[in-house]
Amino acid sequence: MADKANRPMADNTAPLLQISDLHVEFRTRDGVAKAVNGASFHLNPGETLAVLGESGCGKSVTAQAIMGILDSPPGFVTRGEIRYRGTDLLKLPEKERRAVRADKIAMIFQDALSALNPVYSVGFQLAELFRVHRGMSRRDAKNRAIELLDQVRIPGARSRVNDYPHQFSGGMRQRVMIAMALALDPEVLIADEPTTALDVTVQAQIMGLLADLQRQRNMGLVLITHDMAVVAGVADRISVMYAGRVVEEAPVHDVYARPGHPYTRALLESIPRLDLKGQQLSVIRGLPPALTDIPAGCSFNPRCRYAKDPCRQDPPPPAYAIAPHRTARCHFVREVLGE
Amino acid sequence: MSETSLAGHAWADLRRNKIFWASAALVALVLLMAVFPSLFTSADPGVCALANRNKGPAVGSWFGYDFQGCDVFARTVYGTRNSIVVGLLSTLLAGVLGLIVGLAAGYFGGVVDAVLSRLTDIMLGVPILLAAVVFSGRLSSPGGDNVTAVTITLGVLSWTAAARVMRSAVITAKSQDYVAAARMLGAGPARLMFRHILPNSVASYIVVVTILLGTNIAAEATLSYLGVGLGGDAISWGRQIAEAQDYARIVAHPLAWPAAFLAATVLAFIMLGDAIRDAFDPKLR
Repeated sequence: MADKANRPMADNTAPLLQISDLHVEFRTRDGVAKAVNGASFHLNPGETLAVLGESGCGKSVTAQAIMGILDSPPGFVTRGEIRYRGTDLLKLPEKERRAVRADKIAMIFQDALSALNPVYSVGFQLAELFRVHRGMSRRDAKNRAIELLDQVRIPGARSRVNDYPHQFSGGMRQRVMIAMALALDPEVLIADEPTTALDVTVQAQIMGLLADLQRQRNMGLVLITHDMAVVAGVADRISVMYAGRVVEEAPVHDVYARPGHPYTRALLESIPRLDLKGQQLSVIRGLPPALTDIPAGCSFNPRCRYAKDPCRQDPPPPAYAIAPHRTARCHFVREVLGE
Repeated sequence: MSETSLAGHAWADLRRNKIFWASAALVALVLLMAVFPSLFTSADPGVCALANRNKGPAVGSWFGYDFQGCDVFARTVYGTRNSIVVGLLSTLLAGVLGLIVGLAAGYFGGVVDAVLSRLTDIMLGVPILLAAVVFSGRLSSPGGDNVTAVTITLGVLSWTAAARVMRSAVITAKSQDYVAAARMLGAGPARLMFRHILPNSVASYIVVVTILLGTNIAAEATLSYLGVGLGGDAISWGRQIAEAQDYARIVAHPLAWPAAFLAATVLAFIMLGDAIRDAFDPKLR
């Protein structure tokens, strides 16, 4: 059947999630802000991909585009593909796309307090998912909600199921958010800065919890973060984003050992290190480009110490393959690698 | 296992709230008075004797007599029905209109918002009494009590504040993360609007609508005073207040009693609205 190819879950050989050449822009009164400019990456089952980049580089917008929850207008996906098991989600009608959400791909928000509806108890919000998507009875859904709260290690889940979001602490709220996202057993979980709003000890607990849940369920996890320290412990691969493009894609240890893009290298150098105590911390000079006015050529060129003439001319550098499963978008990748 | 729905929790909360019970009792009393006025007085509000003109309170006529020699208590009790019918129904009409307009404008935005918001602005610019004089004059029939005409007039002219408050609350709620999260979890437009946005935007709307009830009961009085309100033999607090006003300096009690009933009723509804609003806000528990 020709129709069958368009159904979700048709192709089991394709990567779980494949983003290619994704372009997203925001049409505002002040002009068109190009938030994502050809981002590409993929995710395999059971794998953790860290999408790394500073504020405003298009990480969260990419996540929202994958979920299909961009506020539109002003946000529009202008080009590219988002393939889930081979099916391009962008071409699905809204109704079918809605069925993919939560069931196949779910997302964790940065600020769990604002992401939980304040007028419903957490148990009710969880149970509602089971009632609506799984047609469970009130009682079964409630019991399932308690089980789930237990799985995300909320102490005394049974007694807390009727509590409201504001009655939970920050870390507990993020656990509730995780429970909501995992309720329908998605195959892909996108975590958009899941620990940014939390303090450091709680961050570690939440990352540990996410890693455990991922292993148990063999989920693909896209971890969006700006925190290199968070990435090192949990990710398998890294995609480094700058000004809406993936500038480097590599297995996590390779990146730390030998960054292939000047931006990645600068990021790594700006992490405070104990052995360099007392010395001036290295910083990346300048600011990320305004999204309404992205420089021609490599968008990092104004801040780059390797930049030469070809970097300032379009087209932007292609993805140079530097090793198996490793690419970097830099004309001078050999020099950056130190070869 | 306890009921965990919003309404269930709200009810559990209301049951323990003394203000809720006090205002609910008062509202129930007023409604009872509106439906069965004869339970409260044996006097006939239509029988007036000029011999009793402006007499003070006495046994058998607790509130005394007005300038026409009518029993103030009997008229106040019998006036409840028209005041409540006009006040409640016009507020209900205005509340529903305001809710629909505000929710649609806030949720859909764009052209829908532009059209509905300008419509609201226009309605807000219309002087309500002037419009009511024209509007009610067209709807009413000479000699009738004109309850329907006054109700529709007030309802159609008074929804703007509720719509504006609703619209801004919906716009605030719409951009919250929990709405995005609900979308992320597969919720459709209807579910988003009624399950997630509406419950988070009704708080100020409820306050505006309960205050509107008092305003509309009073507006009926003004319309009646101007001669475009209730007609014929219809009795209402508003008419009583309007008529007694002229003699207020000579004798105050014919003005005081219907005014007191009006104030108590409005207060009861406002307290009831407040208690219900608080019960539906989990953070105030």
